[in-house]
Amino acid sequence: MTDRPPVSDWAKDFDHLDPRWVTEPYQIWDELRRQCPVAHTERYNGVYFPSRYADIRAIAYDTEHFSSRRVVVREMPPRVPTDSAKPKSPPGASTLASPPITSDPPYHRPARMLLLPAFTPDAIGRLEAKTRAICGDLIDRFASNDRCDAATDYAQHVPVAVIAHMLGLPEGDGEKFRRWIHLLLHEGIAENASFAQALAEMDDYFRVQIASRRSVPGEDLITFLLGAQMEDQPLSDEHIIGTLRLLLIAGIDTTWSAIGSCLWHLAQHRDDRRRLVTEPALMPLAVEEFLRAYAPVTMARQVAKETTVGGCPFKEREMVLLSFPAANRDPEVFPQADRVLIDRAENRHAAFGLGIHRCIGSNLARMEITVALEEWLTRIPDFDLADPASVTWSHGPVRGPRKLPVVFR
Amino acid sequence: MPEHKVLQVIVDPERCQGHNRCKAIAPSLFELDELGHARVVGDGMVPPGLEDKARLAEANCPEFAIKVAQA
Repeated sequence: MTDRPPVSDWAKDFDHLDPRWVTEPYQIWDELRRQCPVAHTERYNGVYFPSRYADIRAIAYDTEHFSSRRVVVREMPPRVPTDSAKPKSPPGASTLASPPITSDPPYHRPARMLLLPAFTPDAIGRLEAKTRAICGDLIDRFASNDRCDAATDYAQHVPVAVIAHMLGLPEGDGEKFRRWIHLLLHEGIAENASFAQALAEMDDYFRVQIASRRSVPGEDLITFLLGAQMEDQPLSDEHIIGTLRLLLIAGIDTTWSAIGSCLWHLAQHRDDRRRLVTEPALMPLAVEEFLRAYAPVTMARQVAKETTVGGCPFKEREMVLLSFPAANRDPEVFPQADRVLIDRAENRHAAFGLGIHRCIGSNLARMEITVALEEWLTRIPDFDLADPASVTWSHGPVRGPRKLPVVFR
Repeated sequence: MPEHKVLQVIVDPERCQGHNRCKAIAPSLFELDELGHARVVGDGMVPPGLEDKARLAEANCPEFAIKVAQA
């Protein structure tokens, strides 16, 4: 990673890759919300950072002025086609279209409707037993020790195994998937070569998978996409590859980050651990509260047309960090927003986004987080951080612990 | 006859984005279509005893798509 000039002023020169922002963003956001609710930086060719729930919601709903053609703020982005229907140029590296997340109306809706039935609570419920088995197998590997890394030995493996199962991909390819995500969302935020390399490798990988499903269909989402129609037309391979890239990327480090943050919290809050062990019926409320307080995902938008939100002008072509995590910490909407209350009953959090791009995998994420915590607490009811200083956090659009050493009590 | 305030839940289909919070909180008041978007069960009348669940579903909807009204 290149050296970054230090931030002099969070309101006028913020950098979401600054180590202080990465490690402890909440105080910075609280301060901005009070002093300058729409921060701006000239870095990354110009980015806004609204921190109030009301402004974030307004932007998420305003697809006319705020486009999803770019959803990640990174250095020097390559040229991006604005909709998935355009012909693709050189294989792999140049296109980023991943419908429907990068689609605006009217292209968005049909691409989304296609996927929705696979992610309803009933459809996801059918994966619960498999997920529970995956969690149990992982815990078997370290339960007899007195410690593990809750991120690298546990959290990161759960969603990888589940999404591999859904897509009909070998679980053994999990390491490959994690590497791509690291290249795309971590290194790739500042290094274009890493970004392009991961895209090209994913492109090649999915082309092989598509070809093999064409000859031998399976019962997985790739086979489903090959047979799917949008407006009476089969999907193009580019559309399928873009969607698969989305499902793989969005289905993995988001949820592993959420599971990791839950365990990071529980490692430090013995009362919450005990309550969840003795009152398991609290789990649904606790999961929503963890999602609120430690929402992992910050999406982005590009300003398509100049406009004003929260009294601030937004200039065309600049980016907006759409921080659902910051919205979830706004005390105007959430009383005691900075406290984690695992029995919080009124919790209108925005962890899965707001408006037409609501996370399509929200039911999958909830199920995985719930099962991962239940299985962990059943086997390891009492645990602490081994060394708080050794916990590290990811930067970029997805926030969660990447190293999380814990000791069992 | 004692007077009861009868409540009715309403889902605005234009606002619902399928977060499914209502269904999780009050499965006897809300159901989902094949895409996972919410609708009320029957005519949305809230049976006695479920008023709190109806209010919680309203208060937890991220899209403000649910309204609880006097029937």
